[in-house]
Amino acid sequence: MAIDKSIIGKAGKPFTVPIEWSKVREFARAIRDPNPLYFDPELAKKECGGIPVPPTFLQVASFWMGEDSMPTANFDIRRILHGEQDFEFLKPVFVGDVLTGTSRIADVYEKEGGRGGKMTFMVTEIEYKNQKGETVAFARGTLVETGQAVGG
Amino acid sequence: MAGKIKYDTVKVGDVTPTVTIENVSRPDFVRYAGASGDFVPLHYDQTFVEAAGIPTVFAQGMWTAGCLSRCLTDYAGAGQVRRFKVRFARQVWPGDTLTCRGKVTGKSEKNGEKVIEGELEVVNQKGEATVKGTFAVATA
Repeated sequence: MAIDKSIIGKAGKPFTVPIEWSKVREFARAIRDPNPLYFDPELAKKECGGIPVPPTFLQVASFWMGEDSMPTANFDIRRILHGEQDFEFLKPVFVGDVLTGTSRIADVYEKEGGRGGKMTFMVTEIEYKNQKGETVAFARGTLVETGQAVGG
Repeated sequence: MAGKIKYDTVKVGDVTPTVTIENVSRPDFVRYAGASGDFVPLHYDQTFVEAAGIPTVFAQGMWTAGCLSRCLTDYAGAGQVRRFKVRFARQVWPGDTLTCRGKVTGKSEKNGEKVIEGELEVVNQKGEATVKGTFAVATA
């Protein structure tokens, strides 16, 4: 695929992420995390002032993102690797918060790879604000389209 | 917030708790797909992966990263993580056993908070790194 640099800076439609306890504990169980703070609201309130979210929980944003919220390059799904993920937290996020995320394409570039041939990289940055309008987190993800199938 | 570590007692070279994930299995990937909404078929659809020339399904990188994040929340407390950055180096396959661990590399004050910085990794049963990362956590 020829790379299209013109998509850099393209932003998606803002999307809403309600932080729900059911999803938080389902997520904690999925990553095999038995931390009682995710499962015991009384304890969490006492220790943290609310039920916190696991560091990678904002990844569930894909649940609430429609296609118009996800600016993207036309990558071939069979050749996609998730290269990097970077979370930066500026304020705490608790169950009960309602976040608004805005995704934009931060960069697109190509590199010569080894086994996988030529690789195309797309960096997406999602900024999350809470219901008070405060920026609480940034999630930056790098997707890689490899020249051939990824697992072989 | 419930910070578990004190800035003054942390030293460069200290290690985080180690988290061991025994016997990675396909249900882990399916459960994570449901929990996270990541339904990329590479992680649960055998027919799809074989057609793409891949021997079998493998873990979502973010599942492995989630397992790794426990090193930080067990170490510093949930809600104390300020930065968590991971790079996916190698696939995690069904049957793998993973060791997640971290090490302190620095201390600093940022935005009025005393912060501990360090490196993270997940290695498989052959000692190969599957995820590499860096972190920053706030202290009590």
